[in-house]
Amino acid sequence: MKLRNRTETNTTSEAALSRRGFLVAAAGTGVAFSFLTACGQTEAASTAPAYEPTQWFAIDNAGIITVNIIRAEMGQHVGTSLARILADELEAKWEDVRINHVDSDPKWGLMVTGGSWSVWQSYPLYSQAGAAGRMAMIEAGATALGVDASTCSAANSEIVSGDKKISFKEIVRRGGLTKTYTPEELAKITFKAAEQRTLIGKPVTSLDVVEKTTGAAIYGIDAKVDGMVYGYPIIPPTRNGGQVNYVMDAPAKDIKGYIKTVVLKDPSNTVPGWAVVIADSWYAAKKAAKAITLEYENTPTMNVSEKDIQDHATKLIADPKKGSVLPTGNTDTAAAFKKAASTIDATYTTATALHFQMEPVNALALEKDGKWEIHTGNQWQSLVLPWLAKALEVPETDVVMKTYRLGGGFGRRLNGDYAVGAALASKAVGKPVKMILDRESDSKFDSVRSPSVQKMRMGFDKNNNPIAMEQHVACGWPTEVMAPFFMPAGEKDIPYDPFAINGANHWYSVGAHRVRAISNDLASATFRPGWLRSVGPGFTNWALESFMDEAAHKAKIDPVQFRINLLKAEGANAGAAPSAVGGASRQANVVELAAKKAGWGQTLPAGTGLGLATSFGQERDMPTWTACVARVSVDKTTGAVKVEKLTIVADAGTVVDPNGALAQVQGATLWGLSLALHEGTEFENGNVKALNLNAYTPLRLADVPELDISFVPSTEAPVGLGEPATTVVGPAIGNAIFNAVGARLRHIPITAAAVKAAMA
Amino acid sequence: MTSFTLNGKKMTVEAEADTPLLWIIRDEAGLTGTKFGCGIGMCGACTVHIGGKAARSCVTPISVIEGADIVTIEGLDPKGQHPVQKAWQDLQVPQCGYCQSGQIMQAAAVLKDNPSISDADIDAQMTGNLCRCMTYTRIRAAMRQAANAMKAG
Repeated sequence: MKLRNRTETNTTSEAALSRRGFLVAAAGTGVAFSFLTACGQTEAASTAPAYEPTQWFAIDNAGIITVNIIRAEMGQHVGTSLARILADELEAKWEDVRINHVDSDPKWGLMVTGGSWSVWQSYPLYSQAGAAGRMAMIEAGATALGVDASTCSAANSEIVSGDKKISFKEIVRRGGLTKTYTPEELAKITFKAAEQRTLIGKPVTSLDVVEKTTGAAIYGIDAKVDGMVYGYPIIPPTRNGGQVNYVMDAPAKDIKGYIKTVVLKDPSNTVPGWAVVIADSWYAAKKAAKAITLEYENTPTMNVSEKDIQDHATKLIADPKKGSVLPTGNTDTAAAFKKAASTIDATYTTATALHFQMEPVNALALEKDGKWEIHTGNQWQSLVLPWLAKALEVPETDVVMKTYRLGGGFGRRLNGDYAVGAALASKAVGKPVKMILDRESDSKFDSVRSPSVQKMRMGFDKNNNPIAMEQHVACGWPTEVMAPFFMPAGEKDIPYDPFAINGANHWYSVGAHRVRAISNDLASATFRPGWLRSVGPGFTNWALESFMDEAAHKAKIDPVQFRINLLKAEGANAGAAPSAVGGASRQANVVELAAKKAGWGQTLPAGTGLGLATSFGQERDMPTWTACVARVSVDKTTGAVKVEKLTIVADAGTVVDPNGALAQVQGATLWGLSLALHEGTEFENGNVKALNLNAYTPLRLADVPELDISFVPSTEAPVGLGEPATTVVGPAIGNAIFNAVGARLRHIPITAAAVKAAMA
Repeated sequence: MTSFTLNGKKMTVEAEADTPLLWIIRDEAGLTGTKFGCGIGMCGACTVHIGGKAARSCVTPISVIEGADIVTIEGLDPKGQHPVQKAWQDLQVPQCGYCQSGQIMQAAAVLKDNPSISDADIDAQMTGNLCRCMTYTRIRAAMRQAANAMKAG
């Protein structure tokens, strides 16, 4: 990904936060390699210091290997996956391995858990750390055994040479390890061949499962310290521009436990218009809030509706000067369309969607000896630390985040804005404050997935071959609002939000290809757009894959064959190392496999249909090749859709933790189903209309169809799995409905009424 | 003042009568395995057993639990090895895990009453418990496995 040229040099956070910054940091890990010297330790001493070959792990004198994890645990068992990568190269016995989720510290580099990047990004890093550790143990083990290192091998936390052997534990107890590696030496380390792997790809019980069945797992909402009070924030009518003009809390004073209400002063402008009710129990604070009258300054977005936002998007798309054109090669579609024998146009839309993670956002904040501690579940510590510092008016080095388990992330906790509210409340009352949003407040304060409008166009030659394609996408841009330094440059050096357009830059060869990303400024004025599981492709692929189906039908070619014909591994779609070897041919392969598994082409009962959609996942440089076939039946009288089965085939390269991988794809698939048929709300009077489960209705168990999920066996580089399947289910269902009853749906969520209307 | 039994121990609290049981369990008794999700009894994360039946503690005011026998996830089995917990561990059901205390308490109550449960009844009895990670297919399978274990006995 090409990042926009930047001139800023004076901010630590921006450079540290940029994706390039991350990659540089990752590549330079070798600098941190230096081996501790354990001088003066005798054989018998059990106090030998832990041996810490790199900052990523340590082996203590009991032989326990602790792997440091900088990613947040939010259900993906990420610690297990990453520790296994390291332990495999180290030749450690899995039973010896523990995981340690670290606090925020600059030494860890960029701390972000999102984009399904964790395994992909950490694989080389943890492999290298493990391999270097193995080499060091072999060297030290050889010395201890009095043999040449070339005669030694490592396995099961032991070094073996002929009939002699010594355990990692013994080596650490002996001490005296001084070996260091230069970055050049580290770069030369070769990893094990795939067939020699002992842990990667093998079944494992995730290390966090048991505690999640006994109530022992501690989440952010469970954090506590002595002397804390509780905070319940009153969320202002609109996300932005809030200002409290008047507070009347006299009736609240009769509520037992009520302490006071503080109107937050926020130099970072993260939580404008917040008032936090403080009490000695959370329920008392919530109850008191109902008895408090607040008056607010009017804001410019207080009357904005979903329709206003979408109408604005349509207007922006109509202006060719708006937005950023992605560098997709030949983008001169105008010339190509002039030569087209026929064209097809369609507009697709998606509704506002909430994160609705099970654990409402919350944080515990306190000041101790001039340092601020924020206890919370968070996915992007590096992003929120500067906001906290600005809000509290202290240097970043005076703020530390203690990361807890997340009761669901799904992108909501990439944006740590809620932590700022807790910190400022604590500052205002001079005590530790444990702040919890109730569900309705969590929805009002959510960084929702923006509604989107997408205009699609394709031109064909006289033989019905595509020669030009356009996709124009207008929506609120999360990255522009919260992390603009993360935006790459499009044509004319105009930045765009990759997480609001990725997916549109597909691997089909369609001739001239113009992809235009447009920031809907009314959306980002009205709310803080969020990253939601599967981000851009969650809506771009809805439009793309529905439209590919429309195009196939127009060209009178079977939709599966139409896709395979266009997924040619040539030119820009040839694919390249490290992560996209094989390119479009691997996407064609999953399309073919999914179609075959689902019985594509079979005769089905009336009102029943199969539909296919495919995706390359989140990003072109980390493709997870995915295809889905949905089988649906439609009640022709009511338009009600029943999803009978979803068949998913994914090629994600090497699968590190097979069971965890399956769990991720199961969840991602059902998220796709939920977003397609069950979720969605709308803006009304400047905020979302559905606030709780009586109005917002995510998928529940009774509506879960049969799932058939499989992975293409592969030893290619591992890529992300948490999101790709989410992007294919909606369009597969839409295409299946078309094949079942001839109704073409162009909006999600799909309702029975819309299906009925489209049938007419 | 309200007195009740929590995981086999007598407990007396002096909270306001309308205080939901959930917050007493979490903040007074310090048992944080029971979770807050929606506050209106529709997600099931706060499910506990009251008199052996699954109940939503977020909408149960303490005024109605005088003398009641309450069990939370921490009290379901002394070793965390109730057949439902074992099935959940065996099939690695939890992802983020936040809803799973509630899922397990719901499942344990349902299966105690009816270990010969049908697939349709599993769907009907568990559909009130939301899982945002969407571990639903594993919940179904683990319910079946736990039911078989409980029937065998």
